[in-house]
Amino acid sequence: MTVNVSVTVNGTRHDVSGVEPRLLLSDFLRETLGLTGTHVGCEHGVCGACTVLMDGHSVRSCLMLAVQANGSEITTVEGLGAPEALNALQTQFREHHGLQCGFCTPGMLMTGEDLLRKYPLATDEEIREGLSGNLCRCTGYQNIVAAIRSAAAILRENV
Amino acid sequence: MSKDSSAQPADVLRPRHVGAPIKRTEDPRLLTGSGEYAADRKPDRPLHIAFRRSEQPHARLTRIDTAAAQTAPGVFAVFTAEDIAEDFKPVIPFSRMANYYATPIMPLASGKVRYVGEAIVAVVATSRYLAEDALELIEIEFEPLGTVSRSELAVAQDAPLLHEEAGTNVLIAREFKKGDVEADLKSAAVRVSGRFEMTRKAPLAMEPRSYTAEYDVRRGAITLYTSSNIPGIVRDAISESLGLPGSRLRVVAPDVGGSFGSKGSLYPEELLICIAARKLGRSLKWTADRLEDVSSSSQAFAEIVDAEMGFDENGVAVALQADVLGDVGAYSIYPWTCGLEPVQVVSFLPGPYKIRSYRGAVRGVATCKPPTGPYRGVGRPISTFVAERLMDLGAKALGLDPMEIRRRNLVCAEEFPYRIASGIIWDKTGFVECLDTAGAACGYEQLRVRQAEARSDGRLFGIGIASYAELTGIGSRIAVAPGMPINTGSETAKIFIDSTGAITAAFGVASHGQGLETTLAQIIADDLGANFADIRVIQGDSDAVPMSTGTYASRSAVLGGGAAKHASALLRDKIKRVASHLLEASHDDIEVSGGKAIVIGTDRAVTFRQVAKAVYSDMKTLPVDAREELSASYTYDPINGTTAAATHIAAVEVDPATCFVKIQKYVVAEDCGQIINPMIVDGQVHGGVAQGIGAALFEELVYDEDGQLLSASLVDYVIPSAPEVPDMDVVHIESESAVAGGFRGMGEGGTIGAPAAIANAIADALSPFDIDVNLLPMTPERIFRLIEQAKLKAKEKSE
Repeated sequence: MTVNVSVTVNGTRHDVSGVEPRLLLSDFLRETLGLTGTHVGCEHGVCGACTVLMDGHSVRSCLMLAVQANGSEITTVEGLGAPEALNALQTQFREHHGLQCGFCTPGMLMTGEDLLRKYPLATDEEIREGLSGNLCRCTGYQNIVAAIRSAAAILRENV
Repeated sequence: MSKDSSAQPADVLRPRHVGAPIKRTEDPRLLTGSGEYAADRKPDRPLHIAFRRSEQPHARLTRIDTAAAQTAPGVFAVFTAEDIAEDFKPVIPFSRMANYYATPIMPLASGKVRYVGEAIVAVVATSRYLAEDALELIEIEFEPLGTVSRSELAVAQDAPLLHEEAGTNVLIAREFKKGDVEADLKSAAVRVSGRFEMTRKAPLAMEPRSYTAEYDVRRGAITLYTSSNIPGIVRDAISESLGLPGSRLRVVAPDVGGSFGSKGSLYPEELLICIAARKLGRSLKWTADRLEDVSSSSQAFAEIVDAEMGFDENGVAVALQADVLGDVGAYSIYPWTCGLEPVQVVSFLPGPYKIRSYRGAVRGVATCKPPTGPYRGVGRPISTFVAERLMDLGAKALGLDPMEIRRRNLVCAEEFPYRIASGIIWDKTGFVECLDTAGAACGYEQLRVRQAEARSDGRLFGIGIASYAELTGIGSRIAVAPGMPINTGSETAKIFIDSTGAITAAFGVASHGQGLETTLAQIIADDLGANFADIRVIQGDSDAVPMSTGTYASRSAVLGGGAAKHASALLRDKIKRVASHLLEASHDDIEVSGGKAIVIGTDRAVTFRQVAKAVYSDMKTLPVDAREELSASYTYDPINGTTAAATHIAAVEVDPATCFVKIQKYVVAEDCGQIINPMIVDGQVHGGVAQGIGAALFEELVYDEDGQLLSASLVDYVIPSAPEVPDMDVVHIESESAVAGGFRGMGEGGTIGAPAAIANAIADALSPFDIDVNLLPMTPERIFRLIEQAKLKAKEKSE
C-alpha cells in the first residue's frame, strides 16, 4: 500500500504519490525531495540534528512519518538563507563560530529559529535550556549560545 | 590579560592573516544545508547496504542461511564471508612491537564472532528499508564459546581465547623503566597510591559512520566517499587489500561530521562496500544508524591503572610506577594497532613533571567488545587523570597547596628540552606559565576564600587543577602508534596558480570540523602574499596529492601548516622571478603581497592574474626559459614534533541531596605556540573540555557479563547538552615553537585536561567525607554511594 503526500517545503509545493506509509519524514526530505541539508544523527529523537519547522513549530523529522506531514508547511535549513545571503541567525552562527563540523548545525538553526520566535531568550540559562534537546559534540555549546544571544539582541533592537 | 585573548599581545608584529579571527570559509555552505557529507552523495541509481550483526558476544558461526533473504523484494545480493573470500586480502595492523599479536581485519565475520555488533552478512537492496526487511529473513546458528566481558577475566587462567592462534588474550604487553623505582619509593617521605579506572567511552561524532562507493563502469574504478579522517590511509589499505591501483581507487572524505577518533581507523564496512561495488558494478551507500555506530565504531579508554607516586619531604616527586590493564576489545585496529591507547597511557604518565625514576607496565587484553581506538587525547586523558590525582594526594599528605606541589615538579623554562622518565622529549613550552596564568585567570586565592565560605555553610565546593603536556605534530622519527610501519611524519602541500590567476592549494590532511580550509588559507595568504579569498584549499581527497594519510594526532596545523609555508615560499619566488621580467626590476626589489608583485617603494605592480597570463597565455612577454609553471610542492617533516601544554582549573559544587555536580567555573590556560586563528583555537578548547566533562561526569559504555551493550542509545549514553557545560575562560600563552611557523597542535588538549581537573575538584569538594575519586565518570549514583559509604565508615569509627 502506498499513499499520496502533499507538502509545501520552503515555499514549494510537492505532490508525491507512491509514498510508503512507513517512510520517515527525514528520509522523505533527504531521499525523495533531495533536501540533504536535514541531517540524521540518531533516528530516535535525542540528538535533534533532523529538526525542521512544521507549520512554524520545531519537530524531529526522524520521529515523524512523511504521511503525517501531509498538508503541512515545512521549513528546512535550505529555506533559511543561501551561502551568499545568510539569514540573521546563520550570520550570527558564522560571526560567533557557532559551528565546527556542521552536522548538528541545521538542527541547531531550526531550533534556534523556533526559540527566537517564541521566547524572549533574555538569559543564557533560557537559551541553554532551549537548546537542551539538540546535541553538539564539537563546540561545547558556548559559541552557539553566543550566536543565539546575539541574534535575540538584534531581534529585540529591530522590534 | 583578558579572557579569550592572548596573554602576550604582539599584534603589531603579527602577519595579517595568521593570528586573526578570520571567519571560516566552510561556514556558508554548512550553514545553509549546502555541505556534502558522505550520505548526501547522489550517485546514479545507488543500491543500499544493511548489515546483519552478531547478537552473540563470542560464538562459532555454524550455519548461515540467506536463501530467503536473497529472494526478498528489492534485494540485489547477499554476501557472507564465504561469498567474498576470493575478493580481498585481510588487512593486518602490523607493528614491530614485541609482545604484540596483530589480529587481521576482515570485511565480514569469518568462522566466529567476537563481539555483539560485529557484521556477519551484508544485504544489498534497492532501498535501505528493503535491505533491513531482508535482514530479518537471515538465519544464523551460533555455537557459544564463552564470554570474556571484562579485562580482569580475560587474563584469568581458564578464560576462553578470542584469538586461539595468539595463544593468549594479552594482545600487547610493554614496559617502560628508568632508574630504581623500588629504592626511590622506599626512601620517599610520602607515598600515595590508588587503583584508578577510566571506563569505556564512545567518541560519538554526531554524524554516524557513512560510506558511499561510486562505481565508474568506464574505468572499473571506485571512488569511496567516506566519513573518515584518514582517507589517505584508507585508500592505501583498500588498494592493497583489493589489488586496485590508486588510479582506479580514489578515497574522498567530503564534509565530515566530526570524528574525535571514531572515524580514524580502517573499518570492515569500508572494505565491504568497495568489494561489493566492484562485484556488482554498481554504486552503493551505507550509513550506520546510531545503534550500529555506537556498537561497532572504535571505542575509547577502558583502562584500570594501579599507580603509586613517592615524594620527598619538599614535595618533589621522586618515583612513579603504574600497572595498566587495558580492555582493548576484540580486534586490533588498522593502522594504529590495539597498542595505541593503552601504551600511550604509560608513555605519557610522567606528564609535564620531573620524576627521577619510573616504571610503567601495560597489558592490552582482548574482550568481547568492539575494538578500542583513537579518541581525542588518546591515553593522556587517563594518564593525566592518574598523575593529577596522585599529585593532589601527595599535596594532601604533605600539607601543600595543589598549586604549589605542581609548581615544584613542573619542568621549568631553563630545563627544556627535557626528557621525561618514559623517554618522551618536551621542547620548550610554557608549563609553569600555564599554571600561573590559569591560577591568575580563575582568581585562585579568591576561589579558596569562596570555598572556605561554602564549607562553613555546609556546602560541598571544590577546586581542581590539572596540568598536562602532549606531543603534537609528530614527525617521521616518532611513530604515532608504537612500531607502526606507515609514515605519519610528513605532509604535502601542492599549490598552483592557474591561467586565470586563481590559487589552488591541495593537501593530504582531512578536516572533520577543524576548519582547515580556513587556517591553511590564512597561512598561504601571508606567506605567498595572496588574497585570502582567492585561495581554494582542497583536502581530504586521495587524488589531490601523491601520498597522504589524513588528520589525527594534532598534526594538521603543524605538518599541513609547515608544508603550506614552504610551498608558499617556493611559489612566491617563482612569482618574483616572472615579475622581475615584467617590471624590469631586480628580484630582490620585489615584494609579493595582496595578490600582487610590487616593486618596493613604487606603485609599479603586476597582479597574479597578469603574472599567470604572461606565463601561460601571452607568449610575447617572457623569454621561453622564464615561463616557469606557477606551481610548487613541498613535503614537510618536522622530524620530532612539538609539545603543547595547558593547565585546567575547575571549581565545582556537589549538591548533597541530588549528588549532581555543577561546574561553577572553568579556566584553561594553554600554550599552542603561534595561534593561526584564535576563534578556532577557542572553539577547539571549548569542545574538547565539553568532551572531558562528558568523560568525567556522564559517559560510560556499560557492557554486562554477557557482553551486551546496555547503553546503546543516546538516552542511555549521555553526552553533555548545553545546560551541563559551563562558560569557559580560555587564556593563551604563545611560547615559541621550533617547527615551521611556530605552531603547536591543540585539537585534543581540552579532553586531556578536563577529566582530571573535574575529578580533583570533586575530590576536593568531598574532602569533608575523606572520599577518594578514582573512577570516572563520577555519576550522581556513584557520588551518592561514596558519600553513604563514608558516612557509614565515620559512624562505625565513632561508635
